[in-house]
Amino acid sequence: MAEVTAKQVLFEPILNNNPIALQILGICSALAVTSSMSVTLVMALSVILVTAFSNMAVSLVRKQIPNSIRIIVQMTIIASLVIVVDQVLRAYAYEISKQLSVFVGLIITNCIVMGRAEGFAMNNGPVLSFLDGIGNGLGYSVLLVVVAFFRELIGSGSLMGITILPAVNDGGWYVPNGLLLLPPSAFFIIGLIIWALRAAKPEQVEAPDFKLSRHKVKEAF
Amino acid sequence: MPKPKETVSKTIVVALALSIVCSVVVSAAAVMLKPAQVTNQNLDIKTNILSAAGMLTPGMSQKQIESTFSQFQVRLVDLDTGEYVKPEAVGVKDPMKYDQYRAASDPDLSEKIPPTKDMAGIKRRPDVAKIFVLKENGNVKRVVLPIHGYGLWSTLYGFISLKGDANTIEGLGFYKQGETPGLGGEVDNPKWKALWIGKKVYGQNKADPEIQLVKGGVSPDAKNVEHKVDALSGATLTSRGVQNLVNYWMGERGFAPFLKKLRQGEV
Repeated sequence: MAEVTAKQVLFEPILNNNPIALQILGICSALAVTSSMSVTLVMALSVILVTAFSNMAVSLVRKQIPNSIRIIVQMTIIASLVIVVDQVLRAYAYEISKQLSVFVGLIITNCIVMGRAEGFAMNNGPVLSFLDGIGNGLGYSVLLVVVAFFRELIGSGSLMGITILPAVNDGGWYVPNGLLLLPPSAFFIIGLIIWALRAAKPEQVEAPDFKLSRHKVKEAF
Repeated sequence: MPKPKETVSKTIVVALALSIVCSVVVSAAAVMLKPAQVTNQNLDIKTNILSAAGMLTPGMSQKQIESTFSQFQVRLVDLDTGEYVKPEAVGVKDPMKYDQYRAASDPDLSEKIPPTKDMAGIKRRPDVAKIFVLKENGNVKRVVLPIHGYGLWSTLYGFISLKGDANTIEGLGFYKQGETPGLGGEVDNPKWKALWIGKKVYGQNKADPEIQLVKGGVSPDAKNVEHKVDALSGATLTSRGVQNLVNYWMGERGFAPFLKKLRQGEV
């Protein structure tokens, strides 16, 4: 881990080491908040901020943290940041915070934040950790925004609340696909993205856990 | 290692310092942002009321919303007698501060609804409701009443706005619901909400509410067309819930006593 450059740390997580597509972390919120683009963008921004600043804070005090309480120290830092973000959203983006409801609070349990604090910030300097937080937050955001793009476009015929395909209910011609508004549809889209990504970059394919052994028993004739 | 980090005292010091720093940050954020949050919440409620009353035009500024809303009088109504009560009777100074949904879970301020009468599926009903009255030249021009009830997945919370005759619907809107997006969630669709405008709650004898949500569209020459609204397609249970909750709140256990007094000019 000695030779990591800032550029690597920032851009690796977006395609090569995407937290959702490769590490399969943070799926829960990816299902919940992706039914419209504007909500997704706010959620993505919140996650980027929380990951970046918690990484930096953890990294700043990493030499002081006793090993026995390091997880709870990380949790406390993350939780405080999440509460601050939640309060700010309620004060300045009330409509969106209503739609995000509990999911802002649930950033605390987002495995990406915790994973980066424990896996990266504990061993690296504050600047690098900050960039790593932004990079991983971006990796999460890019995927979420792609999912939200398809869900909002196909599910309600609009993007960012602006009508692209006029829906039948509003006097247009497009019959919205209601499935895309429900959380399970995000599973399909994430699955397809992972498939596309691994087809393009075969090195991301995990080795199978087990192989079928050859059929050895002779059939009776 | 010059200073070992694994001693007990060090652990306690780090934990204490961290707790203090974090709690200061969190409480500072909470205290400093509180005024903005309260303004937002109040503005949100006012926006919902204006939207149900059809008085909200898109892109209204905060000031415009405040000034439009200030035309309304906030009144508290005893649901059993249909008469206005003073805010002090429910323990608040400003009627706007009264929260009837919190009161509904307080045994002193609410009552249990017998299951056979509980069409709206809300279990408890507050004794006193908060309503919004718009007067013009001393006559009631418009009343906005809070309504809520169970749909398919969730309790829908909203407002219904009636004309001064306490019978003609001027608008209806839900500000909180968790119905299926695209099906029951279409209760928020402006096109559907517009279907309610001009419908009559009560029939000739003005006794029981007769709102019906009808599947397959309402033809203009149908019988009792003034009580019928097109149901939401693909959302039978949400539609039934909306029909029940409107009829419950317009009924004898809801606002009917108050609306009767209003028609007779007694309040």
